[in-house]
Amino acid sequence: MTVFLLRRLMQAALVVLAMSVLVFIGVYAIGDPVEILISPDADQIERERAIQALGLDLPLWQQYLVFLVKAAQGDLGNSFVFNEPALQLILQRMPATLELAVGATFFALLVGLPLGLYAGLRPNSPVSKGIMAGSILGFSLPTFWVGLMLIMVFAVQLGWLPSTGRGETVEVLGMRWSFLTWDGIQHMIMPAFNLSLFKISLVIRLTRAGVRETMLMDYVKFARAKGLSPARVTFVHVFKNILIPVVTVVGLEFGGTIAFSVVTESVFAWPGMGKLIIDSINVLDRPVIVAYLMIIVLMFITINLIVDLTYSVLDPRVRLETRS
Amino acid sequence: MAVGAPVTSLDPHYHQLSPNNAVADMIFDKLVNTDAQARLIPGLATEWRAVEPGLWEFKLRPGVRFHNGSEFTAEDVAFTFQRVPNVPNSPSSFAIYTRPIRGVEIVDSHTIRLRTDGPYPLMPMGLSNVRILDRETHQNATTEDFNSGKAAIGTGPWRVVSHRNGDRIEFERNDTYWGERPAFQRVDYRMITNDAARTAALLAGDVEFIDQVPTSDLAKLRRDQRVALSETTGLRIIYIGLDHLRTDASPFITDNDGKPIPRNPLKDLRVRRALSLAIDRQAIVSRVMEGAATPAGQFLPEGIYSHVPSLPAPRPDPEAAKKLLAEAGFPNGFRIQLNSPNDRYINDARIAQAVGQMWTRIGVRTAVEAQPWTTFVGRAGKQEFSAFLIGWGSNPEGSHPLRNLVATYDREKGWGASNRGRYSNPELDRMIEAALKEMDDAKREKLLQDAQRLAMEDVAIIPLHIQTNIWAMRRGLTHTPRADELTRAQDIRPAPAR
Repeated sequence: MTVFLLRRLMQAALVVLAMSVLVFIGVYAIGDPVEILISPDADQIERERAIQALGLDLPLWQQYLVFLVKAAQGDLGNSFVFNEPALQLILQRMPATLELAVGATFFALLVGLPLGLYAGLRPNSPVSKGIMAGSILGFSLPTFWVGLMLIMVFAVQLGWLPSTGRGETVEVLGMRWSFLTWDGIQHMIMPAFNLSLFKISLVIRLTRAGVRETMLMDYVKFARAKGLSPARVTFVHVFKNILIPVVTVVGLEFGGTIAFSVVTESVFAWPGMGKLIIDSINVLDRPVIVAYLMIIVLMFITINLIVDLTYSVLDPRVRLETRS
Repeated sequence: MAVGAPVTSLDPHYHQLSPNNAVADMIFDKLVNTDAQARLIPGLATEWRAVEPGLWEFKLRPGVRFHNGSEFTAEDVAFTFQRVPNVPNSPSSFAIYTRPIRGVEIVDSHTIRLRTDGPYPLMPMGLSNVRILDRETHQNATTEDFNSGKAAIGTGPWRVVSHRNGDRIEFERNDTYWGERPAFQRVDYRMITNDAARTAALLAGDVEFIDQVPTSDLAKLRRDQRVALSETTGLRIIYIGLDHLRTDASPFITDNDGKPIPRNPLKDLRVRRALSLAIDRQAIVSRVMEGAATPAGQFLPEGIYSHVPSLPAPRPDPEAAKKLLAEAGFPNGFRIQLNSPNDRYINDARIAQAVGQMWTRIGVRTAVEAQPWTTFVGRAGKQEFSAFLIGWGSNPEGSHPLRNLVATYDREKGWGASNRGRYSNPELDRMIEAALKEMDDAKREKLLQDAQRLAMEDVAIIPLHIQTNIWAMRRGLTHTPRADELTRAQDIRPAPAR
């Protein structure tokens, strides 16, 4: 077990290192941050001063070494744009993204499970066919377009929900959360729904497949034969069993939801990490890009690790040691 | 209210960037302000004059207090000039405006004299970019102190209540402001970078006021009864820069068979004229820009100091253009690639495509390549292009575009820093030099006009149009549109009842 964990940690460190090299080379290849940040008024002397101030006058490998030395001390550098520690900038915005992702996952289960269950129990009814067709739309419609349509309908035409932004927030544990106020929840509904669209479709399909498979199992037949009510058969015997794959996939998707909330966040002006990374890429704010990607990589590795560990607990057939 | 570009810092000396300057204008004051048409008007200085060439004197406004009650004096001005060049890690500092100041003399508590090397007529204009801080309050204030709101204390019409980076800033009115008091008690200044979402927020009533109205929404908003627009001709010119650097082959120019041409056709004035004459600027303005621009034949729009009166936008004349090409030895034209950003200026890539078609019509077969600004600007700065579309936001004085865009690249003088085509004309340089030493405004205007005329007649760049700045608001509000694009809450007021 310990060997396994150690090996995983080593792998994680290697991935993070490789990723930071890629970002350094990538940003270098794209262009010069100073050209983008500097005022067009600036003369040559001022340009040289700015290049020096941001440490961009050194050769690339030296810049990378400086970064490594500082990173080893826990300092990922200051943002070129904000002049604040990159890590702090990202952590400040993490709650916004986290609650959006949690909200989206919540929606996915709330909407996806019942619809999938229905489609699985009555596979031939027209309603089920409608649900399945709808889930194809959920997979294929581009998020930014759906987001804008949601805004047009619910904010502009109907005026039910606020169009953009995060609304009122409450400070808990030094972080700002908006799901604790009514205003905040109202602001959250549309972006969370937009982000969950893909996951809703995923959950519908998983649930339906699970239900159809389980319905043919012997224990279901037996439960029926025993004379249990259809409701009890469905919700106790079928539902419990299909939940395992659904929860696994949704859990794994959670990391993806956080990493890919970029589009939704910019359409809804949601001040989360995704919006920060897009803004940072546009101005080649390298410290923020590196720090963000590091956090995302670590997050994915952690989630995968947790999933692996859970499997080994749930299913004794999976032996972690033998995997290597 | 919502703006389209994120404010990156509340430190007024950290990053020279329009969105930051707009917010800094709400919190702080400058010695010299500019009105909506970008003319200089008194700010914290009530009057200024050149005592002698090389010595400026500014009389300061008495009785002005900072938000925390501290009094504004000449000491604060001297302190500000000291801090400006010393802001750590500034990606684009304001030092270019204070560098000409060689010495500061405090005459009395409300008079200050600034010494420069030789005559420097641009001092008041330069200082209209520098926001004044308080010596007592900001002695050791860091950029982070400003961002947290702790040190965001000025003499301006608004106080900062809270600031959330990249999201929103809340202001309340400064009731003791020395100038005209703002109309509103509180302002919520939000950043919504997505164009469609910003317009939607206005239509949904979440915000009352937006800037950077996308041209594609203009027609719809003009018809909408709930919305009013305010617009004015700006100071941002969109132009095409040309490769003046190479006399031999230019990287993206070939003959019609795709073989390189040994000499750079763009060095021939007749070719440059032909390329300019081929362009139907009015068509670009009305079709691509939906009317939100003015065709241009020079850097500055009408009504701005040193605009050249008799220099209209060239009329399209494809026949004359073809003839010029033939005279220059290209009767069948040649091939060229026009590079352009696609996310920087309003409709930039579409403008480039329109220009490409117009050039192709006179026989210069044009391929358009549009790419993100992040990659484009670096390559343009390294003279990698033959022809490129780009923009420039001018200060309201001819010397500003002249010195930066068409003066010979010279590190010592700080000239031509944005002269990406490396145009060079010694006679033009001499004229700019003379203008920059002339203290008399009327005489300097004449010199600047002559210099601009020379640059345009030599087709140093091909001007296309000057953008119109557009804001949109709910009915019931009025706004004074500013040529300098700044979006400031003090410019918005309730509309007078009719």
